[in-house]
Amino acid sequence: MRGIELVRFATGAIIAHPLRSGLTSLGVVIGVAAVVMMTSIGLGAQQRVTSTIAGLGSNLIIVSPGSTRSGGGGGFVMQGAGSGASLTDRDAQAIAQQVDGVAAVAPAVRGQAQLVADGANWNTRIEGVTPAYLVARDLNVAQGRMFDEREARQGRKVVVIGPTIARELWGETDPIGRRLRVRSVPFEVIGVLESKGQSSFGQDQDDIVLGPLPAVRSRIVGRRVQGDNVQTIYVKAASDDVLDRVQEDVSNVLRVQHRIRPGDADDFSTQNMASILQASQAAVATFTILLAAVAAVSLLVGGVGIMNIMLVAVTERTREIGLRMALGAKRSHILVQFALEAVALSLAGGVIGLTIGVAGAVVIARIGSWPVAVPSWAGPLSLGFSVLVGLVFGAYPSWRAARLDPIEALRRE
Amino acid sequence: MIEIEDLRKVYIMGEEEVAALAGVSMRIERGESVAVIGPSGSGKSSLMNILGGLDRPTSGTYRFDGEDVGQFDDDQLAEFRRRRIGFIFQSFQLLPRLTALQNVELPMIYAGMAPAERRARAAELLDRVGLGSRMGHRPTQLSGGQQQRVAIARALANAPDLLLADEPTGALDTHTGEEVMALFKALNRDGLTLVIVTHDPEVAAEAARRVSFRDGLIVGDERAVPA
Repeated sequence: MRGIELVRFATGAIIAHPLRSGLTSLGVVIGVAAVVMMTSIGLGAQQRVTSTIAGLGSNLIIVSPGSTRSGGGGGFVMQGAGSGASLTDRDAQAIAQQVDGVAAVAPAVRGQAQLVADGANWNTRIEGVTPAYLVARDLNVAQGRMFDEREARQGRKVVVIGPTIARELWGETDPIGRRLRVRSVPFEVIGVLESKGQSSFGQDQDDIVLGPLPAVRSRIVGRRVQGDNVQTIYVKAASDDVLDRVQEDVSNVLRVQHRIRPGDADDFSTQNMASILQASQAAVATFTILLAAVAAVSLLVGGVGIMNIMLVAVTERTREIGLRMALGAKRSHILVQFALEAVALSLAGGVIGLTIGVAGAVVIARIGSWPVAVPSWAGPLSLGFSVLVGLVFGAYPSWRAARLDPIEALRRE
Repeated sequence: MIEIEDLRKVYIMGEEEVAALAGVSMRIERGESVAVIGPSGSGKSSLMNILGGLDRPTSGTYRFDGEDVGQFDDDQLAEFRRRRIGFIFQSFQLLPRLTALQNVELPMIYAGMAPAERRARAAELLDRVGLGSRMGHRPTQLSGGQQQRVAIARALANAPDLLLADEPTGALDTHTGEEVMALFKALNRDGLTLVIVTHDPEVAAEAARRVSFRDGLIVGDERAVPA
């Protein structure tokens, strides 16, 4: 006989009981939808973490004062407030001079400040940096220029601003050459940064003012940062390959600078973006696997539901099975017919579940502004899994159907 | 066409062995119409199950056109039923989900016939049993006599050599029973071999040959003198 006819028999039986078939598939629908949604949320979170950390600049080592507790998954730095430990311009210079394979060393201070310009107000982040900062953080100037080393040293009061600030303070007007006051200190705008858009944590990365380190340190954040202290030194390694070695060298140079005796703990910490990225991705992946595993359990429950209904169907249709055998159906025809019925129930559940899962992921992304990315393998995997569930849980009922004695079966009421 | 020799069928009921057929030998020629009669438990149903290829004998031989059907495996028996036998049951055994036409198509699906071809043949067969105007009806929308005629059309679908009817009029009133019997007689006149298992002496009287069973043995085999 033709295989397609067995498919018709199977789907015909399913369509004959729409409500029952729907309820039977529901377990698989829920299971697949849950797996798809969970993995989509997991992948979204992973991508957000990756882009956030990558957004900080690639091959970047962040040096901060104070020590961190090592081994933490996220590993963000505890600021060494009151610890007495500090980093200075001289530390940055020492790193630049003594460590090989460094693309940029950028000491920085930062603060929050109110900007006033031409009658408009804006509260923003201001960072005191050196020109190397652009290299370290992968930033570019879109318009105008960055201040140079000489201007920075001389304490020239010039700033490079993010596109958001240009828009908020001057609208469409060209901001180059304009003046703005930061805590009453006047600065001249000499450049506008290229837009980096929102960070994946929803922070506007374009809402920033960069000024020369000495000027910003003494005029703006002076109360918290004294002398030639800096809050952070960004070190960019020349390449991925030397990242670990550079990090090691930076530590060694700083230990010498800070006269730390062998065996004593560092009074600073270095963090390598790659390792932070790895640690956070691993954490997210573990979490995703856990969620998906929980969701997969409901898929199994769905499979048990299918098996249950298929056993009922075999009992109910015993006479039909006997008749089909009398009309010339082989045992294999009966086996395949019932197996296909189980697979069709499960696969239909998988298709509906996949649709709901993807739709649910999109809704979560829209409403919750939570990052969601449906993995490309979600479709094939969930449908493949549905077929497998149908085969596994349909096997025993189908086998029972095929083993029936046609005489007994025909006699059954 | 059919040769059975010393056919035995033994069932084991707990400790006891029950012989449903205790050594039966007979021949049925092509074109015969045979009524198998006898009280319940006499072995006539067991004979019919073996003749139809639904069951295998415990011992003895069953040859159909020279083939040793008694030695067939499950798949060979399935093919034998499909190609050689048309079953007609007391309770019609139509699938309630399907229309009359689809019920008649069923055996042809297992025979691998193309959809258009089998639909045409099913329609032709329903026409022949007088149900040309009821093809789209489901069994519940048909009377008992009509249902049995659908079942007969289905039995004829794969052009069988032997029509096996088990109490074909048992669920019908006298009048429709007579109609069904008339149909059988017409089919037999066209050359189809017919074996009818029945309690009903009136039904048995319609057959040219009557074989009586008792306790698993043939106790009578008489031919009606052609009128």
